[in-house]
Amino acid sequence: MSAEVEAPPKDRGSGHVPGEPGLWVFLLGDMVVFGIFFGTIMVLRGTHTEEFVSSQETLHLEWGVVNTIILLTSSLFVVIGMHLAKERNPKAPRFFLAAIVCGLMFAGVKAVEYTSLVQDDHTASVNDFYTYYFMFTGIHLGHVVLGMGALLAATRIARPTSTGTHRMAALEGIASFWHLVDLLWIMLFATLYLVR
Amino acid sequence: MKTLMARSATKGSAIVWAALVIFTVISFLLGGEHLIDNKTLAAAIVVGIAAIKIRLVGLHFMELKGAPVALRAAFEGYCVVLFVALMGIYVFA
Repeated sequence: MSAEVEAPPKDRGSGHVPGEPGLWVFLLGDMVVFGIFFGTIMVLRGTHTEEFVSSQETLHLEWGVVNTIILLTSSLFVVIGMHLAKERNPKAPRFFLAAIVCGLMFAGVKAVEYTSLVQDDHTASVNDFYTYYFMFTGIHLGHVVLGMGALLAATRIARPTSTGTHRMAALEGIASFWHLVDLLWIMLFATLYLVR
Repeated sequence: MKTLMARSATKGSAIVWAALVIFTVISFLLGGEHLIDNKTLAAAIVVGIAAIKIRLVGLHFMELKGAPVALRAAFEGYCVVLFVALMGIYVFA
C-alpha cells in the first residue's frame, strides 16, 4: 500500500487554495449572507430591546453552549481526518464518520430545543425575535444537514483505495464547507443567545 | 516521519480546539451570567471573542493560514468588518 503524502492539488502564487477556488465564491458569499442575518439580529436588539431580552431569556443557553462545543469538536475530527487522508491512512474515514455523529447530535439538541420552545408557546409567530430565531437557526440547520451529506461522501473519498486526480481537492472542499457551518454557528450563537 | 508530521499537526489543531472551547466558556460566563455590568463592554467582548474564534477556525481548521494573500485578506477582512459593523449597530441602533 502506498503511504505517500499527497501533494496539495494546486499552488497558486504565494499560497494554496483549499479545495476549488470556485467553492470560495460560494463560501464567502454565504458568510456575507449570514453577516446580514447577524446585523438584522443586532438591529432588532437595538430597536426592540425589551422584547429581545425577554425572549432571549426563554432560550436554553446551556444547550447553545453544548451545541457550540459539539460543532467545534466535529471540526477537530474533520481536521484530523484530513491529516490522515493526506497520508492515505485507513483510519481517516472514521474521523469523518465521527464528525457526522457530532452533526446528528447537534441536530438532536436543536430538535429538543425547538420542541421545548414550541411547547412553551414561543413559536415563530409570537414576535420578531422568535421569527428570526427559528428562521436563521433553521437555515443554519439546513447547512448542517447538507454538510453531513458531504461528510458521508468524504468517508468514501478518504479511503486509501480511493482514486481520482482531485481526491484531496474534493476532501478540502468538503472540510471547508463543514468548518463554515461551524464558524457561522459561532456568531449566530453570540448574537442570538449572548448579546444583551 | 510522515506519521510524526500528522501527529504534530493534530496536536496543534487540538490546542486550537482547546482555545476555542475556553473562549466559548468565557463568552458564556460574560453573556449568560452577566459578569460585567456595562452591557456595551460585555457585548463588545462577546462579539469580539466570536470574531476571534471565527478567525481561528478559518486560519487553522480551513487552512487559510497558507492561502494566497487575497483569499486570506478577504477572510480576515470579513472578521474585522463583521465585528465593527455589529458593534456599530449595537451602539447606534
